[in-house]
Amino acid sequence: MYSALILKPFFCVLIMNMFLKGWAKKTALWVALLLSVAQIIFAIFPETYHQSSFIYVISNFFKFDLAADNITRVLLLCIGIVFFVTIILAKQMIKDDDRRFNFINLLLIIVSGLNGVVLVTDIFSLYVFLEIVAVGSFVLIAFNKEMLALEGAFKYIILSSVASIMMLTAIALLLLVSGSTSFSAISASLLYSTYNPLIMIAMITFICGLFIKAGLMPFHGWLPDAYTAAPGPVSVLLAGVVTKTVGVYTLMRIVISVFGLYLPIQKILMFVGASSIIFAALAALGQTDFKRMLSFSSISQVGYIVLGLGCGTTLGIAGALFHLFNHTIFKSLLFVNAATVEAQAGTRDMQKLGGLSAKMPITGFSSVLASLSAAGIPPLAGFWSKLIIVIALWLSGNYIYAIIAVMGSVLTLAYFLSLQRMVFFGKLREDLMNIKEGGLGFMIPTVLLAVITVGAGLAFPYLLNTFILPVSSIFGG
Amino acid sequence: MFLNIIILVALVLASLWTVMTRSLLRSGIGLALTSVILAIIMFRLASPLAAVFELSVCAGLISVLFVSVISLTQPYSQKEIIERMKLMLVRFRLLPFIILGLGLILLLIKVNFDLILPIPETERNVRNLLWNFRQLDLFGQIIILLAGAFAVVILFKEMRKNVR
Amino acid sequence: MYAESLQLLWPFLVFVLMLLVIGIYCLFATLNLIRALIGVEILIKAVTLLLIVVGYITDHVALTQALVITLIVIEAVVMAVSVGVVLGIHTHKNSLDIRNIRNMKG
Repeated sequence: MYSALILKPFFCVLIMNMFLKGWAKKTALWVALLLSVAQIIFAIFPETYHQSSFIYVISNFFKFDLAADNITRVLLLCIGIVFFVTIILAKQMIKDDDRRFNFINLLLIIVSGLNGVVLVTDIFSLYVFLEIVAVGSFVLIAFNKEMLALEGAFKYIILSSVASIMMLTAIALLLLVSGSTSFSAISASLLYSTYNPLIMIAMITFICGLFIKAGLMPFHGWLPDAYTAAPGPVSVLLAGVVTKTVGVYTLMRIVISVFGLYLPIQKILMFVGASSIIFAALAALGQTDFKRMLSFSSISQVGYIVLGLGCGTTLGIAGALFHLFNHTIFKSLLFVNAATVEAQAGTRDMQKLGGLSAKMPITGFSSVLASLSAAGIPPLAGFWSKLIIVIALWLSGNYIYAIIAVMGSVLTLAYFLSLQRMVFFGKLREDLMNIKEGGLGFMIPTVLLAVITVGAGLAFPYLLNTFILPVSSIFGG
Repeated sequence: MFLNIIILVALVLASLWTVMTRSLLRSGIGLALTSVILAIIMFRLASPLAAVFELSVCAGLISVLFVSVISLTQPYSQKEIIERMKLMLVRFRLLPFIILGLGLILLLIKVNFDLILPIPETERNVRNLLWNFRQLDLFGQIIILLAGAFAVVILFKEMRKNVR
Repeated sequence: MYAESLQLLWPFLVFVLMLLVIGIYCLFATLNLIRALIGVEILIKAVTLLLIVVGYITDHVALTQALVITLIVIEAVVMAVSVGVVLGIHTHKNSLDIRNIRNMKG
């Protein structure tokens, strides 16, 4: 029944383009919106899925090996929410009917690919779906065909291809011992030959490829350019789910259920995570472009997730997953804010902005909320996830990394305060006197995401017992 | 094995030429040549179907793609070409020596891998395997082709509109 | 029989490594966008060779052929998209120099 998640967006694209093109140009948006809502509902209540539907019959026709556990459900939820937000933003920001139709089609293809990445149980199919998402993202980054966007897209193409090649090399070497590409076959065969040097090289190559895809610190070259140059809705999509699913979720899945948490892998993960936290935060301090600062902040926050994963304990992985969810929400919110400010003020340069809070209260307030959540101020959601990660690091004896995580939080607060001061507080500049709050298409996503940020923080005691701890229990420590 | 080694050496030489030749057009042709040699190796290593794909798609389609984009862009004036020639030769001067050294050193070392090979597969027909066990990959191919179609619409079609 | 076929692995691996080095060197040293793509192509060729060799050695030729066919299709699509992006850059700058795209520093 999971195959419906991949099939539905795909068939929507196919049908809209083959039979109903004139009609579909008007309604594509609503079809996509419906799909995103369906995905959110499915992720929260999987049992509500009615099994007699037509799609269900079709999806039984295909023999796909898919599996889902609680981590998958969290990711499906994230994809659904960001998908929804992106569509509404696209309605607001892309006025031309033809262009919007193309945008929605590519978006549906990417969502189909993302759902595939989340659900597959075969390492080569994983590569195939990663590549679908990557191709869709290349095109969406270059969507407006401005020079900077093309530049960002080209860098992404080169680095993403290198990452794919590293992963394929690793897959080929792993095939030497496993003889099959399914997760279970590989992890079974690795039990006998983990410490073989060739296999060790293969595992490390694969993980480094995923680091490039996730944009972690030594491999981050493409990420700020691509995020900054992409059109508003696309950077929300990229920062919100694409790199999280393609890089971070895949890393979690591969490390946990295929390679297993061996000490060398753990050490690499923790080192890369910690260096990303510190250096990306330092780099963010020096930025003057709104989106560029958010991109570096994104690298830094992904560092926390990888650090929690590298910790290897149940608590650490639970914290990493919760932070993944929180980060999706608050970083999408910040990028929506950036898109609003850019659309209303006409610039992203923070030195040319100032005092916007007076004129754009909702945007200003929600961005404060998101920043505080990112910096880990209680009782917002980001605080709890960071707390879990720090506690997990401390309990597992990694005191230095725990201290680095706390320091990174202080740095996060520092650059977000400077962002707030430059953009939203202070004196309103003369030339921005006529600025207005963004339209409804900006406000719906802003309010929705802000409510989730606050809600997840306040409901934390409830979530801890019903959602976070059960998630981690599937690994059995 | 001896013949294989000769073909492999030819493969490396072809790819070196591809990378180092001055004109982009020759580079594109070199890529096609590399693909053809690779297809021969694939054929010799008991993978005829993949070899056919390599020949038709890589040596055919992708080379056409490269050659057409190179002729579309018409990069430099004559003077620039001569300047770049020097620059390129300086930049790529080291590569043949690196490759030669690496190859000789590594071939002289005897490395034995202590691996446990898996049992040979049961399904030996590529078509059956592809259609019965790797449906998800096939489906992924269809999706990515669709994505490619939209890419062409967005990147090429609207570009023409702008030029006009 | 297994040990015998494993002895084939190292010579092939050396050539794969050489191809990888050529591709990576090309990526780093080139000043031309199209040549950077050609470098990526050479890297993909190396991986294709590795997959085929692994299939031959482990006697899983059908599986690796299936994988290689998928890989080739994906490679073609990625190349088409990147050629589109390169053409876009060319219409803006009227040149293919890679130094044009270094105005944003990571």
